[in-house]
Amino acid sequence: MKKILVALLFAPLLAFASSTAHLDKWPGSVSDKAALQNGAKYFVNYCLNCHGASYMRYSKLMELGLTEQQVRDNLMFTAEKIGEPMRVAARSEEQKTWFGAAPPDLSVIARARASEAGSGADWLYTYLRSFYRDDKRPTGWNNVVFENVGMPHILQELQGVQVRDAEHKLQLAVPGKQLPEEFDKTVSDLVGFLVWMAEPQQEFRQRLGVGVLIFLGILFVLAYALKKEYWKDVH
Amino acid sequence: MAANSTHEKYKSDGSLPGHLLEWVDARFPATALWRDHLSEYYAPKNFNFWYFFGSLALLVLVIQIVTGIFLVMHFKPDASLNANGVPVAFASVEYIMRDVPWGWLIRYLHSTGASAFFIVVYLHMFRGLLYGSYRKPRELIWLFGIGIFLALMAEAFFGYLLPWGQMSFWGAQVIVNLFSAIPLIGPDLSIWIRGDFVVGDATLNRFFSFHVIAVPLVLVGLVAAHVLALHEVGSNNPDGVEIKKHKDTNGIPLDGIPFHPYYTVKDIVGVIVFLMAFSAVLFFAPEGGGYFLEYNNFYPADPLKTPPHIAPVWYFTPYYSILRAVVWNFFGLDAKFWGVVGMGAAVLIFAFLPWLDRSPVKSIRYRGPIFKTLLSIFVVVFLVLGYFGTQPPSKAGEIISQLCSLYYFGFFLTMPWWSRMDKFKPEPDRVTMK
Repeated sequence: MKKILVALLFAPLLAFASSTAHLDKWPGSVSDKAALQNGAKYFVNYCLNCHGASYMRYSKLMELGLTEQQVRDNLMFTAEKIGEPMRVAARSEEQKTWFGAAPPDLSVIARARASEAGSGADWLYTYLRSFYRDDKRPTGWNNVVFENVGMPHILQELQGVQVRDAEHKLQLAVPGKQLPEEFDKTVSDLVGFLVWMAEPQQEFRQRLGVGVLIFLGILFVLAYALKKEYWKDVH
Repeated sequence: MAANSTHEKYKSDGSLPGHLLEWVDARFPATALWRDHLSEYYAPKNFNFWYFFGSLALLVLVIQIVTGIFLVMHFKPDASLNANGVPVAFASVEYIMRDVPWGWLIRYLHSTGASAFFIVVYLHMFRGLLYGSYRKPRELIWLFGIGIFLALMAEAFFGYLLPWGQMSFWGAQVIVNLFSAIPLIGPDLSIWIRGDFVVGDATLNRFFSFHVIAVPLVLVGLVAAHVLALHEVGSNNPDGVEIKKHKDTNGIPLDGIPFHPYYTVKDIVGVIVFLMAFSAVLFFAPEGGGYFLEYNNFYPADPLKTPPHIAPVWYFTPYYSILRAVVWNFFGLDAKFWGVVGMGAAVLIFAFLPWLDRSPVKSIRYRGPIFKTLLSIFVVVFLVLGYFGTQPPSKAGEIISQLCSLYYFGFFLTMPWWSRMDKFKPEPDRVTMK
């Protein structure tokens, strides 16, 4: 009887195990500083023309292991002061006319894009590699994971042109500047930067968490001994 | 000498702090309060695991108030767009996360604390069901508790709008719209609540006011009443028997031990274990798998873009399922109205437990298979309702939610009959140490 009830109690948990669309797993890591620096470079060169990252200050980029001068020389093109946020050059009203919608701010996009199907990083990693030619779209581009997306394939010169074949598989029709493996690495680095930018203190948070748990563990031993001492006469 | 008649009990021991205490005690019941509520409040000695959650709820309340104070210093309840086209409120939350020293920690403490509050309160309420803690003479403790639960739900609802993300906005839109289902006054009422035709800056500002001032005041008042009522009648225990029936010559219950130091040192252990679980979420999974911080809420509120799936935060989902389960129009009134009635009734029905339960014994330990089975199914039903409340609407989900809602209300409404029919074991005379 008891066993059946316990089994019943956990039955609803099984329902959580389902999933939906397939996403490629993001192969990168936020602790790879070199990859993050590379990602920052691509972000500034390709994304920041249309998308802002307005909660993110340029000075924060120094946490990627860069000096102020390196940030100024390589990553700051539109801003004057190092403390300025990463604003977009284009105006959102104009962009609305061009693309049908204002491109979203990307500061926390890696957190917003998470779902039951996978982490935000997985989604971004799949999305940025899934553009294909579609002449029915005003930009000439469509995307497998974001159908009828307003954004054109901005990384086209790197990846080349993909088409969707009869079996709905993507094929590389025209090669780009980078080999497919190189391009995957580029996107992985870029996604790594987006993940880092969504919560720049995330690694520190986890390190601190380890310390807090160790501290609480020691405290637990002491508190438990104290309780035992006080309670030894209670029967 | 002093006007305080109990003053004689608190003579100075001759030391300077002793004199000072005597001076205070003649003017304010400091020692009396300490003794009545801690050092001479006798609690049953057989409290088990389930008895940690009351003090933990108090701890979470303190966490929420202290972190809330610091969040208010940096948060801006402003729905207008800043120079970058982002709502000021949303941007101020990210400002706290990035630019305020330790702001991320304070914010995560508060956001994790909201979910933790409901976890400990649900477990605390479940303890009441297990051991009949709401039974005479503790009906008022239970009613104050229901009041706390309602205030907590209001607090969570108002607070969830403040980050001004997509889920904040559309969740509030859906819930406030529910009021428009009330006949005659509904549409005007919902406009009055919002202060606008849609959820907007006026709504954000008034929800902020409710969240930081009005509801916390009510909450703290109710918590004080809850604890005072408890200390007046004394705590129940896992055996459900009254320890005050057997007292020694000094009038102290034989099975009672002073709350301080016994339960203070025991609760410290509970607090540390709780903080470990709390820290595990806070430092390693602050989004709680998308249940504590919903992913969609990382998009700023956009009144023109309805998300495909609007789900309330997990702690409201059982009630949300009941709301959605009602799909029939009755008496010429819209199904939505009856859904709201069902949802409200599902919360308020807990208040009637002291009078619905007619069992001759309080504790599950001495109750029979009927209660054990029905209560276990009730827990499963509650979790199933909670699960479907997080999911997009579906036909299967609707039918299952309807069956579960039926069981939910049936459990309470037929309780006066089945709670009497069970096979009971004899209660012990004194508490047992298991």
